[in-house]
Amino acid sequence: MESTHKILILDDDADWLELCREIFSRLPSRPEIRTATASSRALGLLDSEPFRLLICDLKMPRMDGLQVLSVVRRRFPGLRTIVLSGLEDEEFRSRAYALGVDLFWLKSDMQQDSKMFLDCIESLLGRDSDGGFRGIQSKGLMDIIQMECLSRSSTVLRITRGPLVAKLWFQEGELFDAEVEGARGEAAFRRILAWKSGTFENLPAEPDRERTITRPINALLLESAQAMDENANPATETQFFDASHRKLTWKLSLLTREGAEFVISAPPEGHGEPEAFGVQASDQLAGWTRNSLEIARRLGETIEAGPLSHIAANGMEKQLTVLAHGKKSFLVGWPLAADANQLLEQSKKLVASWDS
Amino acid sequence: MGFIKKLARLFRSRAAIRQLPVGSLTVNRDGQIITSTVSSTYPKSLLDEIGHEVLALFREARAAQLPLAEVSVHFGSLLITARELRGGTIIFLRPQSVLSQPPN
Repeated sequence: MESTHKILILDDDADWLELCREIFSRLPSRPEIRTATASSRALGLLDSEPFRLLICDLKMPRMDGLQVLSVVRRRFPGLRTIVLSGLEDEEFRSRAYALGVDLFWLKSDMQQDSKMFLDCIESLLGRDSDGGFRGIQSKGLMDIIQMECLSRSSTVLRITRGPLVAKLWFQEGELFDAEVEGARGEAAFRRILAWKSGTFENLPAEPDRERTITRPINALLLESAQAMDENANPATETQFFDASHRKLTWKLSLLTREGAEFVISAPPEGHGEPEAFGVQASDQLAGWTRNSLEIARRLGETIEAGPLSHIAANGMEKQLTVLAHGKKSFLVGWPLAADANQLLEQSKKLVASWDS
Repeated sequence: MGFIKKLARLFRSRAAIRQLPVGSLTVNRDGQIITSTVSSTYPKSLLDEIGHEVLALFREARAAQLPLAEVSVHFGSLLITARELRGGTIIFLRPQSVLSQPPN
């Protein structure tokens, strides 16, 4: 097992690299410092060795820092990144953060805040000697809920999945309430259990909250697991019909609750049929949805405008939001009277629920 | 040599990286730029590209029976807003920063 982390510093100035090597090698965790004066060399090193942290300049000949960072973000998603630049420009700071860098620091600030900067680096390196565990990455929600029950916790489990937020209330290891997207009780609990991924945190217990769940947790978990199995692998025609009917009802209720007029979900070309609610000519619109996202992504890469967030459009009778979720493209239609400032958040919630 | 002197020596200017475009441009139905307030230092080929791709967005929407009056493309660092102008378009380019209003 490797005991020291490796830092890769990319800058076209060899003198600067030497200075950085001198400074960073004095960090308490004694990281191994590697340097590169060219982007191609840095990417080669990242391919051949495991690094914990990349420190990258922005102004470089041939391939600039932003280009390097977009490549790194795609090819090495676990690598932590710092931009160390001489460019005092808010725009570059935003563009770097939009590419997912952990930290943007000005070279000129190093002399004033060098201790703080080194602390930040040390923290990003995350020393193993600190001990303890971080995150529960390979456990499903069922495991986490069972852990809370077995340890007889009194807590509120707040679970986040993209823009969606759910809460589960426990008192001495007993689940007594659940809430998600306007639903409460057992219905909400079943809905939450269908989530495949997300993050969670423990909030202080709320023992005075009204009880909506009375059945024991094991019965609920068993029932939910069976329902999910039936949905995934319907054994009979009736089960298949029931599962499809439940999905359809849920999606229509989502559409109505959010106030959207229609939704089109378009898988990548050749990977299935588009799904549409509330609109005709779905093939044509699904094609436009896919194409418009493709055009925008291509344009964004050409002009280095950062990652695409979404497309908003106004037609004669509707407002539209086009966005990607996973591998699918979504088009959501809203009435002209809908509040334009809320449409992105509402569309994100709708799409995240839709696809769960 | 002192740390500050070393730093000062290292901050000499080097090759600049490209700025994002700021301003507006009008493009006719053939994709030709008619007027532009974007800095002349910004490459014209990239402005042409922006014009063509925005026209393609409007054109494809019309083909899908979904005529649009306005399209906004939200990137991490740039907002492109385009209004349809009788087959052509007027395009507004506005860089986004952490201080910008949240996107609509």
